[in-house]
Amino acid sequence: MTRYFTADHEWIELDGAHATVGITDYAQEALGDITFVELPDAGRALAKGDSVAVVESVKAASDVYAPLAGTVTEVNGALEDEPELVNTSAELEGWLWRMDVAEGADLAALMDEAAYKAHIAGL
Amino acid sequence: MRYLPLTPADRAAMLARIGADDIDALFADVPATALLAGPVAGLAPHASEMAVERHMARLAGQNLTAGAVPFFLGAGAYRHHIPASVDHLIQRGEFLTAYTPYQPEIAQGTLQVLFEFQTQVARLFGTDIANASMYDGSTACWEAIAMAGRVTRRKKAVLAAGLHPHYVSTAQTMARFTGDAILAATPLLAADAGDAATIAAIDGETAAVVVQYPDILGRIPDLAAIAEAAHARGALLVAVVTEPVALGLIEAPGHLGADIVVGEGQSLGVGLNFGGPYLGLFGARAKFVRQMPGRLCGETVDAEGKRAFVLTLSTREQHIRREKATSNICTNAGLCALAFSIHMSLLGGEGLARLAALNHARARATAEALAAIPGVEVVNDAYVHEFAVRLPTEARSAVRAMADRGVLGGVALGRLYPGAAGLENGLVVAASELTSDEDIAALVAAIKGVIA
Amino acid sequence: MNAPNASGWKPHMGTAEAATAATASGDRALNLEEALIFELAGPGGCGVDMEAPALPPVAGLERFLRQAPAALPGLSEPEVVRHYTRLSRQNYAIDLGPFPLGSCTMKHNPRLNEKVARLPGFADIHPLQPKHTVPGALEAIAQLADWLIALTGMAAVAMTPKAGAHGELCGLLCIRAALDARGENREVVLVPESAHGTNPATAAFAGFRVENIPATADGRVDLAALTARLGPDIAGVMITNPNTCGLFERDMKAISDAVHGVGGFVYCDGANFNAIVGKVRPGDLGVDAMHINLHKTFSTPHGGGGPGSGPVVLSAALAPFAPLPFAQRGADGAVHLIEEEEAPADHPASFGRMAAFHGQMGMFTRALAYILSHGADGLRQVAEDAVLNANYVLRSLEDVLDAPFAAAGPCMHEALFSDNGLPEGFSTLDIAKGLIDEGFHPMTVYFPLVVHGAMLVEPTETESKAGLDRFIASLRSLATRARAGDETLQSAPHFAPRRRVDETLAARKPRLVWQADAA
Repeated sequence: MTRYFTADHEWIELDGAHATVGITDYAQEALGDITFVELPDAGRALAKGDSVAVVESVKAASDVYAPLAGTVTEVNGALEDEPELVNTSAELEGWLWRMDVAEGADLAALMDEAAYKAHIAGL
Repeated sequence: MRYLPLTPADRAAMLARIGADDIDALFADVPATALLAGPVAGLAPHASEMAVERHMARLAGQNLTAGAVPFFLGAGAYRHHIPASVDHLIQRGEFLTAYTPYQPEIAQGTLQVLFEFQTQVARLFGTDIANASMYDGSTACWEAIAMAGRVTRRKKAVLAAGLHPHYVSTAQTMARFTGDAILAATPLLAADAGDAATIAAIDGETAAVVVQYPDILGRIPDLAAIAEAAHARGALLVAVVTEPVALGLIEAPGHLGADIVVGEGQSLGVGLNFGGPYLGLFGARAKFVRQMPGRLCGETVDAEGKRAFVLTLSTREQHIRREKATSNICTNAGLCALAFSIHMSLLGGEGLARLAALNHARARATAEALAAIPGVEVVNDAYVHEFAVRLPTEARSAVRAMADRGVLGGVALGRLYPGAAGLENGLVVAASELTSDEDIAALVAAIKGVIA
Repeated sequence: MNAPNASGWKPHMGTAEAATAATASGDRALNLEEALIFELAGPGGCGVDMEAPALPPVAGLERFLRQAPAALPGLSEPEVVRHYTRLSRQNYAIDLGPFPLGSCTMKHNPRLNEKVARLPGFADIHPLQPKHTVPGALEAIAQLADWLIALTGMAAVAMTPKAGAHGELCGLLCIRAALDARGENREVVLVPESAHGTNPATAAFAGFRVENIPATADGRVDLAALTARLGPDIAGVMITNPNTCGLFERDMKAISDAVHGVGGFVYCDGANFNAIVGKVRPGDLGVDAMHINLHKTFSTPHGGGGPGSGPVVLSAALAPFAPLPFAQRGADGAVHLIEEEEAPADHPASFGRMAAFHGQMGMFTRALAYILSHGADGLRQVAEDAVLNANYVLRSLEDVLDAPFAAAGPCMHEALFSDNGLPEGFSTLDIAKGLIDEGFHPMTVYFPLVVHGAMLVEPTETESKAGLDRFIASLRSLATRARAGDETLQSAPHFAPRRRVDETLAARKPRLVWQADAA
């Protein structure tokens, strides 16, 4: 399993053709208390860069984009009652959705952890 | 000038502090061609309070007021006795001149009122929740159609024939731009509210079935039956209540299966005001809360643990969601909601029931008196405060002739549905607790006079 | 996610001790707590006397009758008067002190307005009365319309929109209708990043795609960037002028000319009209449609959140599409209210009706009284004093608060500051909450989004110099305390009826109605 990051503060954990996606700790920190997460329906087809989910705090609603093309297989039901999981554990228990990654999906734009850390240091 | 506190000495001192030679130095960014050299030409100069009052009183004096004559108009705006304390309380400066409660620490007055208002509306409508009000009943009706579209992900609305024609027109106008399909129909001048036709029009593409209750002719649709038919096809029932007092006598739409209930609240606390400002009421099932438009006031606590109220779920709204907002609405009808809430706090559920029964009794007395006039037929089997009548002559000219005789005798269906066949002789008559026996006698005499 | 939380606002409640009341009642002298009406009384009871109905329900009504009254309390008049009076005392209001909310124009609400609006000839008339029974009402609407047209230099006005955002919708729908009439399907509306959220929300509703126009370093629309983007797919632009940074868009005429040159339309958000009323006519700057907030520039009361009124002045190009009912003064001076029936003959290109009845008559009478009181000369003075007051605030505070555009020139009716220079741990929110303790309503905060930690101060013309000096002294004190690291600011307000509230809890667990079993 390898974990990658996007410049837009999503993380994606790849396990062959399956992946889990969430937002990074940096993003949850910037958002403050998360109040609601709007998740996609299972089965939805995604193109890279599509707005897939919305993470809401009290005064902001931020789109979460698909890091890769594919199909949503599962969403994190725990977030319905406990959206705060994204604050306390953004990169583990606060995962947003799982997906099947499309064949030939373009990994070129993804960063590894070191590159992402350098990226946010520069913000 | 009495509303401008700055004196010439103040202005001079302030310009000096700013370091500007004259006031136009502060307008330096305005192109010279656009900056006017003096006051806009052709407009009057300032006037004393006395002069303005005289001017306005002269204009007001030219209008025939509802309180001066026997009055029987309804059709979406109703006249009731408003207790004297309502208008006094809404004129307290802390309510009148307050802003939207975005700083909750110093707006608990407004916020608690909104929370109480939301509770009153929800209880009245029989819905789980209600918002902090919308502009009026017609725009609330459109917003409900849009919301049903979001919830069901469909784009068609079936409007029962008894929906107020202005509400229909508003929905049709908005739908022209959103691409929603609106199925509307003109009502028949008959006792049957047309439920069968409404139900027949529902299909698997329908997002909302919109039914006014009581309807434009005062008839009472069978909401439970329509709800069942709507739900069977995956559609939502939107009930529209243009006279909340009626709900003192007939069952709340939320208890009959309505998913969204909207309405016009002006009859309680607000008054006629020639059509505005009015008060949009909006209630819905709790599970739809994130799709609701409009402001919402919620309960929370402050840093010391005291109960407090605050505007919440703001991420639905335009100032945050921008182009993805549930609606572009910004204001609610704050002061009108306060007036409604004060009036409801005085009435309570029992008082509303008594008021509704009294309104119905006056309507019944009026209907029976009209039915006794040869040639005049009361169309409704059932009504609360308002019913339709078939005159032996064209109703619009009858209404004008009655007005000339000093009786405001109802709303002609021809005014609401110009050119519609079969409705020319129809008249909608409303009564309330203000309707006296003398008023009824005057209406009878006037009608006899104009149909002779 | 892209730029999570662009405004930078995060809830920060600060620490506070649990409340310990020094009194048995929980009240402290004139600082009064107040329960909910549902806690004051159970369901039942009634504070309105009425006679008993003389007739029972008609037979046809039997099956519709409700089983039991709505579970709502009805209180006596003394209880109701006390309840709402006590609640009112927990509100700040213009009547109490300055309300310097940028772009809200919280000016004094004249009491003459309230008096004339309540004249029975205006308040006690039904919208569907035969029109010949209400000539004075129609004349009042027409007089207000005439003033709005003359003040803005436009061709016509749509009076019916119920609020500013409704007016924006009206303007955009006129533009859509005009394009439809030409047979053109233009998809894009250009909106500055600094625009109020209603602008893109409205454009999206009207079926357009919104694209941002960047700003220049001096806070104004980038004319070059705008011109470069113009093309046959541009339906129009939405410009606020003065803009949300409180600055006059000097290039407004050039923007309008460029947009017209490609066949587009110019919508102007008139929220900031108070800066230029009587001094500048938007019609001279090429505007095609502009909504006017009667509850801002023309003093109708905000009422705790509404009602508003948003008439839309229109150019000759857009006037034919104005919604119904359309009020028009004939050549003989008589006022015609064109509804659906007359429209095919008199106003055939209207895009339709936006709401029931004729518009916000109660706000028309108030605004007309205000306009007649000021007259053309007084309205001009309004703009001058509003701009003077804002510049006085700007120059008096620019040494202690960062004012991003202050060095470049004057502001208009509102002064913009940022949180730049506040020490770590101190935010715009803390300054705002500190102002509450000082006895003022905070300025607009975190808007516009283009300035970090924005503070937008609009004093309006109805503040006296002495009042401004007090406000300036308080804001200076707060800025100084922040720079000195005074941590009590982070848990302000301390003296208001409530401390900072838990907005996160309110959003996570919404409780929107009272429940009998509430813990």
